[in-house]
Amino acid sequence: MASGYKYIEAIEKHAGLLGICIAVMVSIGGLAEITPLFMKAHSQEAPAGVKPYDALRLAGRDIYVREGCYLCHSQMIRAQRFEVQRYGEHSVASESVYDRPHQWGSKRTGPDLARIGGKYSDDWQRMHLLAPRTLVPESNMPNYPWLSGTAIDAGDIQARMRVLRRLGDPYTDADIAGVADAVQGKTELDAIVAYLQGLGTLNVDTSAPPVPATPAAAGQP
Amino acid sequence: MPNTETYNDDVVRLFLLAAAVWGIIGMSIGVYAGAELAWPALNFDVSWLTFSHLRPSHTFGVIFAFGGSALMGTCYYVVQRTGHTRLALGGLAKFTFWGWQLACVLAMVTVPLGITQSKEYAEPEWFVDIIIAVVWVSFGTVFFATLARRRIQHIYVANWYYAAFIIAVGLLHIVNNLALPVSLTKSYPIYSGVVDAMVQWWYGHNAVAFFLTAGFLGMMYYFVPRQAQQPLWSYRFSIVNFWALISVYMWAGAHHLMFTALPDWVQSVGMAFSLVLLMPSWGSAANGLMTFQGSWRKLKTDPAVKFMVISLVFYAASTFEGSMMAIKSVNSLSHYTDWTVAHVHSGSIGWVAMITIGSLYAMAPRALGQPAMYSHRGMEVHFWLHMTGLLLYVISMWLAGVTEGMMWRATGADGSLTYSFLDSLIAIKPLYIVRALGGVLVVSGMVVMAWNLWHTAADARAHLIKPIPVPIPEPVMHQTPAPLPAYP
Repeated sequence: MASGYKYIEAIEKHAGLLGICIAVMVSIGGLAEITPLFMKAHSQEAPAGVKPYDALRLAGRDIYVREGCYLCHSQMIRAQRFEVQRYGEHSVASESVYDRPHQWGSKRTGPDLARIGGKYSDDWQRMHLLAPRTLVPESNMPNYPWLSGTAIDAGDIQARMRVLRRLGDPYTDADIAGVADAVQGKTELDAIVAYLQGLGTLNVDTSAPPVPATPAAAGQP
Repeated sequence: MPNTETYNDDVVRLFLLAAAVWGIIGMSIGVYAGAELAWPALNFDVSWLTFSHLRPSHTFGVIFAFGGSALMGTCYYVVQRTGHTRLALGGLAKFTFWGWQLACVLAMVTVPLGITQSKEYAEPEWFVDIIIAVVWVSFGTVFFATLARRRIQHIYVANWYYAAFIIAVGLLHIVNNLALPVSLTKSYPIYSGVVDAMVQWWYGHNAVAFFLTAGFLGMMYYFVPRQAQQPLWSYRFSIVNFWALISVYMWAGAHHLMFTALPDWVQSVGMAFSLVLLMPSWGSAANGLMTFQGSWRKLKTDPAVKFMVISLVFYAASTFEGSMMAIKSVNSLSHYTDWTVAHVHSGSIGWVAMITIGSLYAMAPRALGQPAMYSHRGMEVHFWLHMTGLLLYVISMWLAGVTEGMMWRATGADGSLTYSFLDSLIAIKPLYIVRALGGVLVVSGMVVMAWNLWHTAADARAHLIKPIPVPIPEPVMHQTPAPLPAYP
């Protein structure tokens, strides 16, 4: 110890050196794990048949984000037999390339929503969001009655699309110009229902061959 | 020359007050949010009272407002005492107090109003993030400037942890919150999908590592030996544990994303490092506990010691649990369930809150110019309220979590799933009521602490406190940095 300790001692007696050593030690792990993903993400194309969220679904997604739905609902079906059986094929990375931020979640007080699209009618979703216990008496989901009262502002959605385009999402000028018509007369409730109905249907490339459903064969991308 | 330099305890007292107030507010919001899971009508159809709006306010309130105020206050206290010097940059230190309170109020008001990034544990929008970053850099500046004018050559181990806490949290906060604003109230993160998930959990996990672990270990390494009235059990052991802890923790974030669309190799690396992490975690817990060797009798007489010892036991228990939950096959059962909630709260109510409360009971009389806390019985009552609440909380959530995990995977002989999702919710609902009761007890304990601190602070409120002079040590030969003259 005596000879090695002098180096430790030097660190412990110099605040600047201590700070630098700490900064180096805490940076290694993050750099090792995040940098490769970042490189890969930039080379990875979105699935061929999938476009970024259209105006109404984008508005709906931002309401989902605003309301904090991720605190009780995941959007990430794990590669596990019983998950696939309950919720459908396990989620893959390409499905969330347009998700800023990701909404994978960490807790299921309610069920996973990654493939909820099309499982219930629009009317069911509407009623369920406004007053869940009229449809599912034992549910502990809160009522979200305020969603039906607010209209979507087209100018706001256009501003959002422009920012997303700067971040790399391929919105065209025509997409942005078409926002006014797309959200005309729509409420926040309409928007979030459109978003939910697109989950697992519009963000996956249905032309690709299906992913094997068994966890062992599925592996990771 | 007569010694005229005194410790700057004004800012310490302010943070002490803030910690007591935020503790009650943050935990009360948690109780309300928890009760809403048992009785969903409690949102009264009001958006900002709804669980999904309140929950981030609870986590921000307890982690950053309560924990942050306690950490910054004790950090300023400890760095002065261990360096035998007055806090540098008094004005900036005061700014860190008011800036931090502003950030906390803004965050906890805007997020329930729907102004949120919805990145877990990093919910506040970009303008709050900028305030947090500015305050954080100022905090680091005050801390390192105080270290620079210390009169004791060796930097005491508590300060290494505070230093790592400051550097790492600054780094995590800035990298995770990089975003492009649309307006004052909305921004989009520069990361998307799987990269956003990895960055978010690198942040989320290491906010636990460096905010809720390294910072509070700094507190532990000063106040445990102080209260045990004997030196740290092993100084050499603390060196090994420190460098291992800060370097290994950063690798472990991927264990929040097991079996997801994150590449498999990252998941496996995260799991391996999570298991390695058990060693420095238990090392620190053992070092703290062994420091009480020979003074265990204080458990009978000193409630602060009781809080500290139990906090270290919970630190050891919840880090063991965390490493186990990072094993893929265990995670397969525990992930997405209330087991995660149980684990977080055994760490936060058990370890973080109890080491904080123990340290506050040790620090408050000294910072408030009193020989002891106002009420010894008050501290005893607080301890038992806290313990009972903690056990009710974590046991009910463990049961709920394992029940959910088992029911979600139960499969009949014909290969079909046995239970619907709703079956699992109905099964655990009574446990949500027990959890809310546990939370009420913990908050009640915090109210008792606030009452006790209020009376202990009687002299401070009457401005009767005399500042404590800094003991100026005899200079050592050839000391670098050279000893400073006393503040004029």
